[in-house]
Amino acid sequence: MTVLAETAPRVAETGAHRSGGDRLANSLRLPVAAGLLWLGVAGVILAVPDAQELERTSLLGVLAIVVGAAQLGVAALSWVTAHAARLARFAPWLIVLALFVGVWEALTAKLDVLPLPFFPSPQAFVEVYTDDWRRLGDSLLHSLLLLARGFAVGAAVGFLVGVALGWSRRVGYWIHPVMRLVGPLPATAWLPLAFFIFPTSASASTFLIALATAFPLTVLTWSGVASVQTAYYDVARTLGANERFLILKVAIPAALPHVFVGLFMGLGSSFAVLVVAEMLGVKSGLGWYLQWAQGWAAYANMYGALLVMALMCSALITLLFRVRDRLLAWQKGLLQW
Amino acid sequence: MVALARRVALDADFGAAVDLRAIDHGFDLHGAYLPVLEDVSFGIPAGQFVALLGPSGCGKSTLLRLVAGLERPRHGDLLVDGEEVRGPDPSRVLMFQDPTLYPWRTVWRNAALGLEARGLLKEQRHRVDQALALVGLNKFAQAFPHQLSGGMAQRASLARALVNDPRLLILDEPLGKLDSLTRLAMQGELTRLWQARGFTVLMVTHDVEEALLLSNRVIVVSDRPARVRADLAVDLPYPRHRDHPELLRLRREALGLLGLGQDW
Repeated sequence: MTVLAETAPRVAETGAHRSGGDRLANSLRLPVAAGLLWLGVAGVILAVPDAQELERTSLLGVLAIVVGAAQLGVAALSWVTAHAARLARFAPWLIVLALFVGVWEALTAKLDVLPLPFFPSPQAFVEVYTDDWRRLGDSLLHSLLLLARGFAVGAAVGFLVGVALGWSRRVGYWIHPVMRLVGPLPATAWLPLAFFIFPTSASASTFLIALATAFPLTVLTWSGVASVQTAYYDVARTLGANERFLILKVAIPAALPHVFVGLFMGLGSSFAVLVVAEMLGVKSGLGWYLQWAQGWAAYANMYGALLVMALMCSALITLLFRVRDRLLAWQKGLLQW
Repeated sequence: MVALARRVALDADFGAAVDLRAIDHGFDLHGAYLPVLEDVSFGIPAGQFVALLGPSGCGKSTLLRLVAGLERPRHGDLLVDGEEVRGPDPSRVLMFQDPTLYPWRTVWRNAALGLEARGLLKEQRHRVDQALALVGLNKFAQAFPHQLSGGMAQRASLARALVNDPRLLILDEPLGKLDSLTRLAMQGELTRLWQARGFTVLMVTHDVEEALLLSNRVIVVSDRPARVRADLAVDLPYPRHRDHPELLRLRREALGLLGLGQDW
């Protein structure tokens, strides 16, 4: 969103100096180049015979044609509507990607220079999704469910303990030493014990993910509540607020920026624990898929699963940013994601 | 005097009467007792505007916190309308030098704080709108505090106090951080509101002129531990002019009591 907001005035400024047609032609140069480049890559994929034994060459070629045609379509539509022109900002990236895929395709499928199975070709990569999407999708779903369970439990516990620590001296007396001792321990250190104590590997990993989420959130919520200006409480007290109001309507909203920092940290460490737990104990999920693919030396599948995992983590972080931006709209100068 | 007399006649019993009897107060600092207030006694009849003048750090703010009920005095009796002050109450609203608006609430929701805290917001939403209109902020109801200027923020804070229809307004240098023009405008507004509403005001200020322009009485306190040094009546009609000879005489007297007599 920031990028859009920044480029819009710049376009308007330069437009004052040049004629409209010139400017449009200039802004179209990159999408057209990207489109032609992708069509060229498609030509190489389809025309040059494979040096390796591969199945999805024609599908990959079609995909490259689609990407190239889409770029040219965007360029053509830019004459009609400004919305399409905005899509043109992806053009530099698409040019670099076309070059990357072209070189990758040449070195693997066409020339067979890079050693297999470590460097699968682009069509082998595509094949992972066309042929194994069921297993991959299932793994993604299991990972998401496990993560959601663990993160929800950890976030709830961490938040409540953090508020209690920040609010009550007596709670602090008992919880603080425990936090000091156990908190910094990486959640993965509990792994052998957890799989032994808990009846199922699912509950054990839920516990571990919750633990990894809860600690940073507890510390940040606690510091957030503890650092609320006393004047905020004084104001509410003179206006007739009771303790419940002070906690719910003063302490927690004031601490919310800290809470979100804690949630981001907790989400990050929950990813780490998720993958480790799935690799070591749970018989499903993306971590397990990675392990399983490695057992078969199916490197294309590993890369495919890594990409899915990266997209999942990135999407979840983005989602958390969106929630934060909604709840903390009152803050100035938030970091953009 | 005419205006003042009429106001008192209109709502003579609306404002709260305050009575401080031999108040002692202090803090434990690194194991040692630090006396802040010593034998402070004075009364404020209902509806009066009293300014508290004294060197900075002398304990005036502490005195206000006691009257607001945020702290209890160590010795002495603190009565409002003849009853011992045991804790904060929405009828006695304290306003600080900083607006202390909640940054996560809009101006409207900040002003609504008192009603919300007491569970009255649903029935009395109109009072929030009225209070914001009274301080001229109705167009900024949906703005967030960081979008306001210093004067607007302080007016929002005033609206937050007025929504509760306080009988005693306790002001801790409420205009201290404003630029001089905004300050003059706010002084006028404060007088106007006080005259219209008839609440009692106890205001701490460092500004001798402000004290004399606004109040019926100026109580001068000494350096810490604070004691009452003088109780000056300001018997002048509103609006007052800062060049009035009686005002200038009182100004000299007050500055003299604060130890600045010769230089001025």
